[in-house]
Order: sequence, then C-alpha cells, then structure tokens
Amino acid sequence: MKPAPFDYVRAETLDEALDVLAREGGDARILAGGQSLLPMLNMRLARPATLVDVMRITALRRLDARDGMLVAGAAIRQVEAERQVDPRTQPLLAAALAAVGHAQTRNRGTLCGSVAHADPSAELPLTLVALGGEIRLRSKRASRSVPAERFFSGMMVTERRDDEMIEAVAFPAARPGTGYAFREIGRRHGDFAIVACAAVVDRTAARLAIGGVADRPTARDLPLPDSSALDDALDSFAWSLDARDDLHASARYRRELVRRLGRSTIEEAARCRV
Amino acid sequence: MPRLTSDRRHRVAFKLNGRPAEGLAEPRMLLTDFLRHVLGATGTHVGCEHGVCGACTIQIDGLPARACLTLAVQADGAEIRTVEGLAPAPGRLSILQESFRTHHGLQCGFCTAGILMSLDELLTRRPDASEEDIRHQLSGHLCRCTGYGPIMKAALEAARRLRGPAGEGAPHA
Repeated sequence: MKPAPFDYVRAETLDEALDVLAREGGDARILAGGQSLLPMLNMRLARPATLVDVMRITALRRLDARDGMLVAGAAIRQVEAERQVDPRTQPLLAAALAAVGHAQTRNRGTLCGSVAHADPSAELPLTLVALGGEIRLRSKRASRSVPAERFFSGMMVTERRDDEMIEAVAFPAARPGTGYAFREIGRRHGDFAIVACAAVVDRTAARLAIGGVADRPTARDLPLPDSSALDDALDSFAWSLDARDDLHASARYRRELVRRLGRSTIEEAARCRV
Repeated sequence: MPRLTSDRRHRVAFKLNGRPAEGLAEPRMLLTDFLRHVLGATGTHVGCEHGVCGACTIQIDGLPARACLTLAVQADGAEIRTVEGLAPAPGRLSILQESFRTHHGLQCGFCTAGILMSLDELLTRRPDASEEDIRHQLSGHLCRCTGYGPIMKAALEAARRLRGPAGEGAPHA
C-alpha cells in the first residue's frame, strides 16, 4: 500500500507541464488533487515514472461562466465548485457535486481529475455526458475540445492522448423550459454509485444518462414521462448497457435500478421544468 | 521548475499545528508516513491507505483531507493541523474532545483522531450545523466499535456548547 518510486515535478506554468508530457508521454501522469490517482498509486495499479503537480499553475485556477458554459480549470477543486456554483444556472452539477466522494475528498479532489480518471460510476463524467459538455485538451502542439459523449471510451479509458492534459471541462448552463435531476443508489452516502442517473427534460424530449452500469457513462434520448412508451424504452436502455454482476450488486438489480430510478429521475426533472 | 527525483530524499517544510516543521521525504512518501515516521506526530492514524476509512483525516490549509491521499511533497508550504493541535494546553481538552469523553464517543480510539479533525472544521465553520450536516461529515469516517450513536451525541453536545449563550468560543479554545 505504498506507491512505487516516481519523480515529482512541481510545474509553475502550463508550458512546463506540457513540456514534461511532450518528452515523457504515457510515463508521466498529471497530479492535481490526487483523490483518484493516489489510491491507484498506493495499490500500485498505476506506476508512472513521473508525476506533474499542476496545482500551483495559476492559469488553471479558473472557474468562469462564459458563452453559456461553466468552465472549470484543471486546478479547481470540487469544494470550490460546490461553494461557487449557482444551482439556478447549474442545477445538475450542483446536485451531482454533493454526491462526489465525501467532504474530506472533495476538499482536495478536482473536477478535471475526476473526469481524467473516468471511473464508470463517477458523478462528474455522468453530468458532462448528460449535459452535452466538453473536455478541453491541451498539448505542447495543439488544443482541442472533445464532446463528453466521445471522450469516455471505456472503463477508465478516454480519448486523451499521452502528450495531452485536460486543461478544463465545460458544463453547459441550464436552458429555459428545461428541468434537471440527479439521483443515485449506493450502499452508503459517499460510496461509489451502484447506479447513478442524470436527467434533462424539456417540453419535447427527455435525455437520461446512466453511470455505474456500462463501462462508461451512457446517455439516451427517451420519451417524455407521460408517454406510454417510456417503460419499454427504459427497459431497452437497461438491457443495452451490458450490466455485470459484482460484489455490490447483480446485473439484474442494476437493470431494475435503471428502469425504476431512471423513471423517477426523469419524472423529477419534468417537475423541475421552469 | 523543481524536479524531485525518485532516488533521493528532498526537504519538505510546512507549518504543523502552528509551528514550523521540516524533514526529508522521497517523492513517493505519503503525508501519513511523513507525519508519523519523520516528524514523530503519531496522533494521525493509518487505516486503509486508499481514502475510504477516514482514520488519517487531518486539516490541510484549514480543510479536512485524507493524509494517505496526499504526498508529503504536495504539502510543502501548507498549513497542517493534526489531532495534536486540538487541545488548548497540556492537560486541557477542547470542547469537542471533552464531549467525546463525556458521551463515550470512542472506544478503541483508532478512528477518533480523524473524526475529531473533520468535526472540528465543520463546527468551527458552522456551529449551527444540523444533525444531518454532522451525519454527512461523518459519512467520510468508519468506526467499527463504539457505533455512531455516541459520536453523534458528542458532536451535537459540542455544537450546542459552541453556540451557547456564553459563547464558549472555538472548539479548540
């Protein structure tokens, strides 16, 4: 339960961090709050040669609302977002943040770090997929933006290239006439979700994103809750996620949660439409 | 840009309970081990070493955090507060510590240091914290002998005294 040896680089500018990634590629890992990476290091599930600490880079300490998006830089901790996010403009993010780990891990963990880790049951990747958010990547050579639905490509696997880091993640602001809801079931508050649901519902369509079942957060457009077609659509969504049995829950229980918790989350979002 | 190499020990300095502290650490050394083995501050306990149990919770720059999910080198320059910093003077307990004693909020004591550091921060920031707020804060800690009932009683009693008309002051007063 101790990490294998690594070099530790305390980057003071973004260019310094990107230089290390350009030179060392996949042997280097970005260290932000460390709340996902440190458990991996302690259990030696990750053995990077170099860690690049980006928390002292002032350019990454930005949490701004601009162009209809809330943009969180790589050094923004979850607790900062929790205290600053306005639930009127970011209702889904505000609800999801309260369910991320525990207060003691949110005090250190960053939004971008959780997205980079890409745990299939994590709340922030789910929120980004539900909202149609984007991940802003930066390398020494170029910058690019990837839609959340394409970014998460498997169990803890993303589209990020070895020489890239997540510079920021962007959450679209609430739209008028649209309701948002987040619900999850876990063994205890703060545990990894067995199933997590995020719903976005307007006058014409419902969108439901599910975490904790497939190998990545997955969204689907579904009928509105007053339609008789919703139950069949939820059932087909539940079966499509390829649920597995594990220590915490059976595949059958997970599918049932997708059907029931999915419906109640969509109904709650519909009630919240303003 | 400082690069601390894996094969050497490097100087780490921070404030520990208000006093300067420093020592040498390999980059991979966890803050738990640095506190206990390098600085000799063994009040912070080591449980699961992957952030689940909460035994190693300390305050980093005023906020409760897992010392086992922090590298010693990350803490360079920080303000660290551990359970050793709670008592206002030798032989005296803080209000929170007294409440734990009165209400039997600990049995083996393994989880206690971490729980005190979490509750100290919550009750300092919000002496009006509700029972639900306290339960949320405690959800980041595992206790396997006392049970949470006496811990809740102790926390509520400490909150009441900290709010009290006389205003007995901060939990560490």
